[in-house]
Amino acid sequence: MALAFRGALRSVARRLQARSYADAPKGDEMALTFAAGNKVFYNKQVVKQIDVPSFSGAFGILPKHVPTLAVLRPGVVTVTENDGKTTKIFVSSGTVTVNDDSSVQVLAEEAHPLENIDRGAAQETLSKAQSELNSAANDKAKAEAAIAVEVAEEIVKAASA
Amino acid sequence: MLGRAAPGVCTQVVAVVNHQQNRNMATLKAISIRLKSVKNIQKITQSMKMVSAAKYTRAERDLKAARPYGEGAVQFYERAEVAVPEDEPKQLYVAMTSDRGLCGAVHTGVSKVIRNRLGEPGAENIKVICVGDKSRGILQRLYGKHIIGVCNEIGRLPPTFLDAAKITGAILNSGYEFGSGKIVYNKFKSVVSYEQSDLPLFSQKAVESAPKLATYDSLDADVIQSYMEFSLCSMLFYALKEGACSEQSSRMTAMDNASKNAGEMIDKLTLTFNRTRQAVITRELIEIISGAAALD
Repeated sequence: MALAFRGALRSVARRLQARSYADAPKGDEMALTFAAGNKVFYNKQVVKQIDVPSFSGAFGILPKHVPTLAVLRPGVVTVTENDGKTTKIFVSSGTVTVNDDSSVQVLAEEAHPLENIDRGAAQETLSKAQSELNSAANDKAKAEAAIAVEVAEEIVKAASA
Repeated sequence: MLGRAAPGVCTQVVAVVNHQQNRNMATLKAISIRLKSVKNIQKITQSMKMVSAAKYTRAERDLKAARPYGEGAVQFYERAEVAVPEDEPKQLYVAMTSDRGLCGAVHTGVSKVIRNRLGEPGAENIKVICVGDKSRGILQRLYGKHIIGVCNEIGRLPPTFLDAAKITGAILNSGYEFGSGKIVYNKFKSVVSYEQSDLPLFSQKAVESAPKLATYDSLDADVIQSYMEFSLCSMLFYALKEGACSEQSSRMTAMDNASKNAGEMIDKLTLTFNRTRQAVITRELIEIISGAAALD
């Protein structure tokens, strides 16, 4: 009877162990937190690969990537999930942090899935931003208009890709 | 002549009448005026509670989306084990409150944390930025010299990232070179409870001298600076969202209590009114009857 009890206990322990193994992200799994001011896309979810556009160049992040920080430039973030599905999300700006425990935080100021972007409206915004850049008065307005042009160009590029 | 005499007569009559009616606790007219005004107050507090409940549902939804944002923003500082450098005594505290009152103890809670810290020794190097007029009002009397900036028009509309960006601009352009700091805000726990909490602020030097920074690859001063500005903005955005949610839930509770208290006052006043009314009627009857009995 004690033998059976011990066997049952061991199987329960193994099952418990199996459960905790699936919960905690190990060193070779990448937990992604992708949040924007308006919406959360991924919250500590394990994914396979993330491609981010940054000011120091576009790079892809796989599990066990070296820890780094980067500033996002306007562009498309591509997330490849564990089942192979890819999701493209346009970000306006933000930061990306890769920590030493392979957790990745992508914090964007504004992010929208690519499907929600309308090409015609993007084109309109681009032309408006360009005209504002030409008519900008002082340096500050010029800088703001230049940023608007850059974002609008990226949106158009992403929408037509 | 009549005009000059009449007021004198009137005041005499009124004095007699008042003397008679003041034998009660208050005149019927006074009680009924009070009753009407308390009923109006109850209506107002009830409608304020409804409005707060609607704003609270929206704020809670926004907060659910903003929570991962806030947690993600502080992750780097925790993982890299950024610490406060010993040789930088200057600190900056940011008090996250709003402009509007009647919301319980949200503003006083945050201000009390800062006030206690300013009351301790070594507070000359601490400066405060008040987000929202309420904290400015509370801190101005004793610690006006510590306040270097105030933001208003907070609390009317739900907070956006743009608001956080403006506050970040104000902090970085204030010219105050702080070595470390805190954002003091109300962390929302549930509809009936919130507690004061803080988020750490670090200076660029503190980040650059962090022990685990070397593990992070390809970093230069530019990247660190942009990163820190953005993460400061994210933390302020998160604190604004938490503060807004706590404030709306606290206002809902406060207005609910006020309506209940007003309801109790109305009950008590109605009883007093009825008692007074019956006493007045009884007195008139006594006078009439005793007057009639005197004729016999």
